[in-house]
Amino acid sequence: MAELSDELEVAVWQGDRAGGAMRIYSVPQRPSQTVLDVVTWIQRNVEPGLSYRFACRVGMCGSCAMMVNGQPRWACRTHIKAALAGNHLELRPLRNLPVIKDLACDMSEFFHKWQQAEGRFYPTADRHEPVAKISPASPRRAAANKGIECINCAACYAACDVVAWNPGYLGPAALNRAWTLLNDVRDGAQKRRQRAVLQNNGCQNCHSMQGCASFCPVALNPTAAIAGLKRTALRAIRQGQV
Amino acid sequence: MMRPHHKSSLWLGFLLHRLSGLILALFLPLHFYVLGLALVDTAALDGYLILTRNPVVKFMECTLVFLLAVHLFGGLRVLALEFLPWHSRQKTLVAASSAAALFLACLFLLRAF
Ligand code: SF4
Ligand code: SF4
Ligand code: FES
Repeated sequence: MAELSDELEVAVWQGDRAGGAMRIYSVPQRPSQTVLDVVTWIQRNVEPGLSYRFACRVGMCGSCAMMVNGQPRWACRTHIKAALAGNHLELRPLRNLPVIKDLACDMSEFFHKWQQAEGRFYPTADRHEPVAKISPASPRRAAANKGIECINCAACYAACDVVAWNPGYLGPAALNRAWTLLNDVRDGAQKRRQRAVLQNNGCQNCHSMQGCASFCPVALNPTAAIAGLKRTALRAIRQGQV
Repeated sequence: MMRPHHKSSLWLGFLLHRLSGLILALFLPLHFYVLGLALVDTAALDGYLILTRNPVVKFMECTLVFLLAVHLFGGLRVLALEFLPWHSRQKTLVAASSAAALFLACLFLLRAF
């Protein structure tokens, strides 16, 4: 493939928990180049010690998210053309998560919150029982279906100001997951989940400013999911269930 | 640093709603104090009422009406967002609620003079 003559000016944050700094690289621009291509080029050609994550390279695994010119994005499916400011790219580790090294963040807290929000499935049947018949058109299944394609990339979590202000807040991804499960008729722990999403750091902290929904790379809408949680919470409170 | 997502009208709608709430919370005690004067000290109340003829004060009152309207319509927007089925045109709703607030404030300004 023919190389374009333009060079990109790419600033990459490097460091660890103790601190770090931006380093600037000149990277050849290529057609259809993604942010992940740029990072990989830097690591292969100039900075072998550069740390970053990726696995699938096709937007499935959710491991490659980083701040690209200030916005949380999946690196593997972000064309630099969509992200460039002039010919400048600034890459930083995801916001709201502790950094391990360079562009790799510690995701433990993020996943821990999925558990705190009861974002796990509690089965009510085992494999010997017949498969549950659930109409895809039923309202609850339709509501769940809207949120199940999450790839756990934490872009929403990085975009959320409430997480920045209150680091304990469960955050959009965990609450979105809880909402999909709350709509799963096969699940057997709804009361527990209802209480979990209403804990001090739960859904009521969300200000509905929709940063999460604006930046979810797979176009999920955690704000709508959290609004759903708030409605069901109100109903549960009125009925004395929580 | 101005974060890119803070340039979104959705976020600005949130900010406006928040600030209007804060300013109103500061102003309303004063407002009720002045109203309360009608019961205890009418002379002092008249003093305040004369003050409201000052154009600068009229502009300030108009700003307060704007903030009140912003907070009212912003609140209705958030209630609709959270309690009605999801509406895909959230940015339009922010624009509409802000426009309604501005309209009310202008109406007040026209009547004030
Ligand atoms: S809508 Fe709620 S969860 Fe989403 S970014 Fe805003 S505060 Fe965070
Ligand atoms: S909701 Fe969207 S942005 Fe958030 S983790 Fe899932 S896929 Fe990523
Ligand atoms: S590398 Fe898997 S989503 Fe980007």
